[in-house]
Amino acid sequence: MLAYVLNRMGRALVTIVIIVSLAFVILRLSGDPAITILGPEAPPQAVEAFRKAWGLDQPIWVQYLKYFSAVFQGDLGNSMRDGRSALAVVWERVPLTLAITVPALLINILIGLPAGVLAALLRNTAFDRLIMTVSVIGFTVPSFVMGLTLALVFAVSFRLLPSGGSGTIAHAVLPVVTMGIIGAAVIARFTRSAMLEVLGQPYIRTASAKGAAWSRVIMRHALANAAIPTMTIIGFMVGSLVAGAVVVESVFSWPGVGRLLVTAVANRDLAVVQVILLFIGFTMVTANLAVDLLYGWVDPRLRTKADRAGT
Amino acid sequence: MSVETFPDEEPRHGSGGSVHNAKSRLKVFFEARPPTVLLALAWIGLMLIVVAFAPLLAPYDYLAISLSDRLAPPVFLDGGWVHPLGTDELGRDVLSRLLMSIRISIVIAFLSTLIAATLGVSLGFFAAYFRGRAEQVILMMIDAQAAMPFMIIALAVLAFFGNSLVLFTVLMGFYGWERIARIARGLALSANEQGYATAVRDLGASPWRIYGRHILPNIASTLIVSMTLNFPEVILLESGLSFLGLGVQPPLSSLGNMVGYGRDYIQSAPWIMLAPSLVIVLTTLAISIIGDWLRDLFDPTLR
Amino acid sequence: MALLRVRELKRHYDVRLPGGLMGRRAKLKAVDGISFDVEKGKTLGLVGESGCGKSTTAKLVLGLIPANAGSITFDGKPVTASHDAAWRAMRRRMQMIYQDPLGALDRRLPIADQIGEPLVIHEPGLAASYRRERVAELMAAVGLRRDQAGSYPHELSGGQRQRVIIARALALSPDFLVCDEPVSALDVSIQAQVLNLLEDLRAKNGFASLFISHDLKVVRQMSNRVAVMYLGLIVEEGPPEAIFHDPMHPYTRALVSAIPTPARRGRRERIVLQGDPPNPVDKPAGCPFHPRCPSAMDICRTTPPKLIGHGPRRVACHLHDDAPETRLIAAE
Repeated sequence: MLAYVLNRMGRALVTIVIIVSLAFVILRLSGDPAITILGPEAPPQAVEAFRKAWGLDQPIWVQYLKYFSAVFQGDLGNSMRDGRSALAVVWERVPLTLAITVPALLINILIGLPAGVLAALLRNTAFDRLIMTVSVIGFTVPSFVMGLTLALVFAVSFRLLPSGGSGTIAHAVLPVVTMGIIGAAVIARFTRSAMLEVLGQPYIRTASAKGAAWSRVIMRHALANAAIPTMTIIGFMVGSLVAGAVVVESVFSWPGVGRLLVTAVANRDLAVVQVILLFIGFTMVTANLAVDLLYGWVDPRLRTKADRAGT
Repeated sequence: MSVETFPDEEPRHGSGGSVHNAKSRLKVFFEARPPTVLLALAWIGLMLIVVAFAPLLAPYDYLAISLSDRLAPPVFLDGGWVHPLGTDELGRDVLSRLLMSIRISIVIAFLSTLIAATLGVSLGFFAAYFRGRAEQVILMMIDAQAAMPFMIIALAVLAFFGNSLVLFTVLMGFYGWERIARIARGLALSANEQGYATAVRDLGASPWRIYGRHILPNIASTLIVSMTLNFPEVILLESGLSFLGLGVQPPLSSLGNMVGYGRDYIQSAPWIMLAPSLVIVLTTLAISIIGDWLRDLFDPTLR
Repeated sequence: MALLRVRELKRHYDVRLPGGLMGRRAKLKAVDGISFDVEKGKTLGLVGESGCGKSTTAKLVLGLIPANAGSITFDGKPVTASHDAAWRAMRRRMQMIYQDPLGALDRRLPIADQIGEPLVIHEPGLAASYRRERVAELMAAVGLRRDQAGSYPHELSGGQRQRVIIARALALSPDFLVCDEPVSALDVSIQAQVLNLLEDLRAKNGFASLFISHDLKVVRQMSNRVAVMYLGLIVEEGPPEAIFHDPMHPYTRALVSAIPTPARRGRRERIVLQGDPPNPVDKPAGCPFHPRCPSAMDICRTTPPKLIGHGPRRVACHLHDDAPETRLIAAE
C-alpha cells in the first residue's frame, strides 16, 4: 500500500513539474517575457529591473530553475490591467467560483448517482427510459445553451430569478442549476452502465441464487463494486466543472475565476492567464491524486497491479 | 449505453442475396436501422447538403446589413416569409447566417477530428512499435493531456499566441488525440500479438508497411467509430469557445459565435440565439446516435 | 560446409511463479544449449512433446527472437535478431510456415495480394504484370485454382490457407524454410496432401528445411535427419531409420513405442512414461529426463549426460557413455 501511495504521489509531482515547465516553454515561445509579463507600456527601467530580477541575461537552464523557484514562492508577475500581483487578482476570485462549483458537484452526485442506480435496477422500464432520454442532454446540450435557456425561462419569461450578476443567493441559483443538471446527467448515464455491468457478473447471480435477499445483494455486492468505476468519473467531473465554470460564469456574469480567465485571454493579460493555468493544474492533479488514493483504498486488486507495473 | 435502441434484427431472408429484389432490400435496410438512427442519418445528410451548398441555399448574403429590417421576428412569431428565421440586431438574415455558420462549424470540427485522428494514430503506433522509453513518454503525454480540461489548455494557447482560423482549427485538432492514441496503441499491440502482423514482419516488410498496409486497415473500423464519437465533442468545444468570443472571429460566423452575440438580445429577440442553439444540439445528438450505433455494429467491446 | 550451423544456442525467459504478490522469480530455460547443422537441400526433423523448446528453436534460428547465448550461422553469415535492413534482406533466403495459417494471413486482403507481398517487399521494381504472372505460377504450384485469387482467407478451407502460406513463403525461392507444425492444425485427411505438396516442392526447388512436429510419423516421412528434444536439450540425433528402428535414448524409445502401428504391436511393448510431465521452469538436476526414466541410475540424478557420437548418430544418455568407469558405477 505504501508503494502505491508513493507511486501515485510521485506521478502527481511529475505532472506538476510538467505543467510548470509547459508554462515556462509557452511563455518563452510567445515573446520577450519581460514585455509579456509587464505589458508593452511598461517603463524601460521596470523592464530592466524585471530582467535582472528574473535573470533573463543568464543561460536558459538557470532561468528555468529561477522560474521554478519563483513559481513556488508565489512570485508570478503582475496583472497587466491594474498592476497588482496576478496571484492576488486570481486569489480573490476563488471563493466565488467555489461558491457555485461545490454546490453543483453536490447536485451532480446527489441526483446523478441515485438516478443511475435506479435506472439500472429498473432496466427497460419507463423510469429507465425517462432517465436515459433526459440524460442525453448531458452529452449534447452545451452549457451555454442550457444556461441561456434557463435564463430565458426563469429570468426573462417568469422573472423569478436574476439573469446575471452576483451578490445574493438568488444570483447563484441559475449557474448552480445549469452545471448541476449537466453533470448529473453524465453521472447518471455512467453509473447506470457501471451498475449494469456489475449486475451481469456471475458473483451477483450466485449471491442471489444462494437465496440472499435481493436488497442485501444490491447493498453488499453490487453498489460496492459499481462504486469503483463511478469514482473515476467523479474525478473527471471536477475537470469538466472547471471547464464548465468558464462558460457558465460568462453566461451569468458571475465574477469568478472562469470569467476572469475569459477576460484575461481576451485582453491577453498573460500573467493572470498563467496563474489560472497553474492553479487549475494543481487542482486537477490534487483531485486525480485523491481519486487514485481512494481507488486504491477501495479496490486492493488495483493497488497490487499498479505496484507490479512499477511505473 | 444505448444498446437498447438497436432491436434484434429479423432473420434476413434469402441470405444468398440472389432472390433480393429492390423492395426487400429496402425492407432489410429499414429493419437494420431503428427510427432514431434513420432520423439522425437524415439530419446529418441535411447538414452535409448545407455544408456543400450553403451559399446557394442562403436567401441573402450573410453579411448584408439592412438597418431598416432590424430584429424582425421569424415566421413562427408572426414575422413574414421575407426573413423566415428573422433578422439580428444589424438586420442581417438569421437563416443565411445560420447556413454559413453550420458550414464553418462542421468544417472546423471535421478538420480537427482528422488532425486528432492522424496525431493519435501516429503516436499510438509509435508507442506500440518502439515500446520502452518512447512509449513511456507518450503514455505520460496522454496522462497529462487527460488530466487537464482541454478548454483551459485551449484558452491558454489562444491567450499566448493570439487567434487565427488556422491556429484555432489546429488547436481543436489537439482535442481527443489522447483517446485515439490510447486505442490505436492498444489495437496495434494486440495486432502484434496476432499472427498476421508478425508473419508480414517475418516476410521482411518494413514497419511502414506492417503498420500502414496491414494493421491500419484491420483496426480502421474501431478508429472510425472513435472518431465519430470525438466529432460532437469538438463541435461543443468549438461552439463554447466561439460563444465566449475567443473562437471563430467576425466577420466569419460559427454556431457558437451566433449564440454568443445573440445572448445580448435574449429579451427582445431570443430567436437569434435559439436557432443556432437548436442546430448545435440536434447535430451533436445525431452524430452521437450514429456513433453509438456504429460502435454496437462494429465493435461492442469499445466503450 | 552446412547451410545452417547452430552452436550452444540458449534462450531463457524470466518468469514469475504464481503465488501471492511477490511471486518467486525463476528462469524458464526454453532452449538450453543445443547444437545442430542443416545441410544444403536437406531436412532436419525436430520432435518432442509440447513445451520442449521446438518452436522457440524455430524462432531463434530465423532471428525472430534474440538468443541469450550461442551462435547461428546461415551460409557463413551470423543470424541476428536486430530487425534492421540487413535482417529484412535476409528474409529473402529464409522463410517460415506457421502452425495456424488463418492467424498468419491478413483477413482484409485477397490471397493473391498476400502471396505477391514478398515480391513487392523485396523486388519493388518488378512490373505488376510480371508479379501477377508469378503469383499465378505459385498458386498453380501449390494447387490453388486461378479463380481463387480474389478470395479472402476466411473463404478458404484450412488446407487451402496453408497452401497460401506455402506459396507466399516460396515466392522468393528461399534456400531455407522453417516449418513449425505445418499440419497439426489441419484435418487428418488434409495433412497427407499438404505434406506431399511440401515434399514435391522440396524435390523441385531444392530448399533445405527445419521441420518441427510432435508427430513422429510426420517427421519420419519428411526428414533426412531427426533430432529429439526434451526440456530444451537434444537428447538424440541421427538418421530416421536408426532413430525409429533402434532408439538408444530411453525417451526416444518411449516416444517410438507410442506410435500406433499395427504391424509392430506384437514385437514391442508400449513404454508408458512415469512421473509428472516436464516443466521447463523447474528443471531437475543431472539428466533432465531422470525423474521419468525407467532405467535411471544414480549418476543421472547428479551429472548431465553429454551428447556423444555413436556412428552416424549422437545420444545424450549415461546408458551409452563410452567411458568404462561410468559403466562400472552404473553396474553397481
